[in-house]
Amino acid sequence: MKNTDSKIFKIDRRTFLKTTSIGATGLLLGIQYSCTSPTNKLKGDASANFSSSVYLNINGSGEVTIIAHRSEMGTGIRTSLPLIVADELEADWKQVKVVQAVGDKKYGDQNTDGSYSVRMFYPIMRKAGAAARMMLEQAAANEWQIDVGDCKAQNHGVTNKDGEVLGFGYLADKAALLPIPEEVDIQLKSPDDFKFIGKKTSIVDLEDIVTGKAIFGLDTKVAGAKVALVKRPPVAGGKVKTYNVDAALKIPGVSKIFTIDSPGFPISLQSPLGGVVVVADNTWAAMKGREALTVTWERGVNGDYNSTAYIESMMKKARVSGKVRRAQGSANSALAKAAKKVEGDFRVHHLSHAPMETPCAIANFKNDKIEVWAPTQEPQWARGAVGEALGLEEKDVTINVTLLGGAFGRKSKPDFIVEAALISKESGFPIKLLWTREDDIQHDYYHANCAQHIGVGIDDNNKVNSWVHRTVFPAIGSTSSAQSNEPSGEEISQGVIDLPYDIPNISCETNTASAQVRVGWLRSVANINHAFAIGCMLDEVAEKRGLDPVANLLDMLGQDRNIDMGALSEEFWNYGEKIEEFPWSTARYRKVIEKVKEISGWGKAMPPDSGIGIAAHRSFLSYVACVVEVKMVNGKLKIPRVYYAVDCGVAVNPERIKAQFEGGAVFGASIALKSKITVSHGAVAQSNFNDYELARITEAPLETEVFIVPSNEKPTGVGEPPVPPFAPALCNALYQVTGKRIRQLPVKL
Amino acid sequence: MSTFKINLNEREVELEAMDDTPLLWILRDNLQLMGTKFGCGKGLCGACTVHLDGEPVRSCSIPVAAIGSKRVTTIEGIATKGLHPVQASWIAEDVPQCGYCQTGQIMTVVALLNKNPNPSDEEIDKAMEGNICRCGTYVRIRKAIKRAAKQL
Repeated sequence: MKNTDSKIFKIDRRTFLKTTSIGATGLLLGIQYSCTSPTNKLKGDASANFSSSVYLNINGSGEVTIIAHRSEMGTGIRTSLPLIVADELEADWKQVKVVQAVGDKKYGDQNTDGSYSVRMFYPIMRKAGAAARMMLEQAAANEWQIDVGDCKAQNHGVTNKDGEVLGFGYLADKAALLPIPEEVDIQLKSPDDFKFIGKKTSIVDLEDIVTGKAIFGLDTKVAGAKVALVKRPPVAGGKVKTYNVDAALKIPGVSKIFTIDSPGFPISLQSPLGGVVVVADNTWAAMKGREALTVTWERGVNGDYNSTAYIESMMKKARVSGKVRRAQGSANSALAKAAKKVEGDFRVHHLSHAPMETPCAIANFKNDKIEVWAPTQEPQWARGAVGEALGLEEKDVTINVTLLGGAFGRKSKPDFIVEAALISKESGFPIKLLWTREDDIQHDYYHANCAQHIGVGIDDNNKVNSWVHRTVFPAIGSTSSAQSNEPSGEEISQGVIDLPYDIPNISCETNTASAQVRVGWLRSVANINHAFAIGCMLDEVAEKRGLDPVANLLDMLGQDRNIDMGALSEEFWNYGEKIEEFPWSTARYRKVIEKVKEISGWGKAMPPDSGIGIAAHRSFLSYVACVVEVKMVNGKLKIPRVYYAVDCGVAVNPERIKAQFEGGAVFGASIALKSKITVSHGAVAQSNFNDYELARITEAPLETEVFIVPSNEKPTGVGEPPVPPFAPALCNALYQVTGKRIRQLPVKL
Repeated sequence: MSTFKINLNEREVELEAMDDTPLLWILRDNLQLMGTKFGCGKGLCGACTVHLDGEPVRSCSIPVAAIGSKRVTTIEGIATKGLHPVQASWIAEDVPQCGYCQTGQIMTVVALLNKNPNPSDEEIDKAMEGNICRCGTYVRIRKAIKRAAKQL
């Protein structure tokens, strides 16, 4: 694994106190490790970092403080990582306090994105907890003058053979004087002894959330703060031509109006879009002030962008040969000669993240320093970007991470934080920057729209013998670089070149396309488009072969094996991990398909006007199979039940994993049935939940059953993997009701 | 600017604001009550739900001048001590993911159960359709409503 190069160390107390808010008496341990962020490449920064992180403090009263350095946006990570430390430590969870880290390189990778928090930190957190436990046991052994083998940490204390107990609080100072166990000597618990890992634990913020005390992006009270709104260019890459402030300045409470420069297009992923800023005493005055502005715009290079027409132009490219990214045999000629053929053109529109909490931030620039409170997935990026924009050194930029009211990839980009910082500096006030829902829907980093053509050939023996998949979509990289006009290896490793099916002739091809709005990653990214097209196509293949869809999947998968994807395409990307460490196992893939078949009662008689569909997909190194049941009730689509089987390795907090899948099904339902962003003359046509629709309780699955395959394999992602297979499973179910194949999302019923 | 006296969580508060200021911003900006959330500003998502005389309303779309003597109840005011049974059910079912929309969801449910202590699935749908949860906690919301209904 990339991060085994780790070292536990004691922390210099004075340094520690200067840079964190947690107490520093007793035992204080950090861990050093090196790692490369799996998503760095997407951002064009492939540099590895070597970092020291602070994780754990036990004070004299026995209180254990664990730093949560990853951002909480609803996955439960603020609970799950500290839980791993606490388990190895043998701590009493009730005496554990979780403190959120600010953005600082000393914590190592804080980029809470790409579903890799547990994957990356599971071994590190275990070692940190285990090292502290061993030091506490040694301290107790010294105290009792007995062999350490006769001392055992349990339930927040160390016990000896006579049943005597010394509490962690009593031992903390003594343990702090002892040497840290060498890396090779650290004894991890046996999984059989886990107290928390693999069991249900509620999130640490649960009570604060239900009582309204939880602190999100704009909930921190900062004295003297004013509210800012920005009127941004309707077209990404446009800029202010003229503006008139007279009417706006007459609104009581409006105090300042000024502009922020627009950088043009392509645009750095960290850059604000520019526009006219209204600063006011309160939110309503800022809203009315912005409403009263008269602004004319230069539309810029994207002023003619029409997203629906662009999908058609991408579709034309997808129908002809493109740049070959994976080749086996001679797929195109085999397809031409096939006994039977199945072909399809698939279209997916842009999507917006639409987290319930819009982008927002509080920024307080004072005396050439700035303090920020923000719901950010990537506080270190925010820190660097704010420093760059304001000409400050990193030490003068503090990024406090609040809870995130949803993010789904949107809040990894620090543009809105930089915006708040610039406004605070320019206005001279602490600033609460609010994005309205219209701002959010119209100025997002949209999911890439996409056109795909898939052709599948079946031979005389009814075997699938050829597969041609062409995908055309603007690469995320093309938002910030005109040269990145074809999907990257990472993007086509999300469901294109990582095709696991045992087919002799395969050709995966791409063609050129460019972003003309900001394009970014949205929960499961390119997997959404590719799993949709492949999942629907496989259902058609099953029909053509006269096979049950499950039988078809298992047949096409072939013998159990680990696929050396790197040998099939040198562009293959295993989510930043070595294939030897995280193999592509068709056995694990097969098992989730068989399991979902079992729990869904696949093959059962369905009521009238009902259908059942299946799709499977591996993403973020986790294996997922999904069955969706649909029923038409008075012309309306209902989703009575969804079944998932997932193999994500060790399930640290199974209850939260289930929650991610329940929610993933709803996210998938929005993509499949509701949500669509269209762009006309460069401007986004939708503006709020009336025209950018999300699944509501009436449209969401009524029940979602999740089976987690028991596993001792390394833990892998759970935030994003539920999403990709949902839409194709739903489309395949719908086909049984309507008899119509679905080739475009969202589905038109 | 006008002066308003409103009955908030069973206390009278006085404040100054423009007449058309939505109640949401009165709560958050004037009174620093942060439990009520901004979601859409158009009454489309329910994140800002509070009660006016016990009825669930979208505080982003109610001007302060329209409140008059009506009682305003926010998430901070639903439990006189400890947790309201709906909050306790939310905890028991581990409903929240990111949590942002949940205070609005809870306010809608408290109003629903006050009127209809034993709602059917259809009645739950009708009451809850206006509250969006992007994380997708709906199956647990439904369970938590049924659990709370049993306890009320």
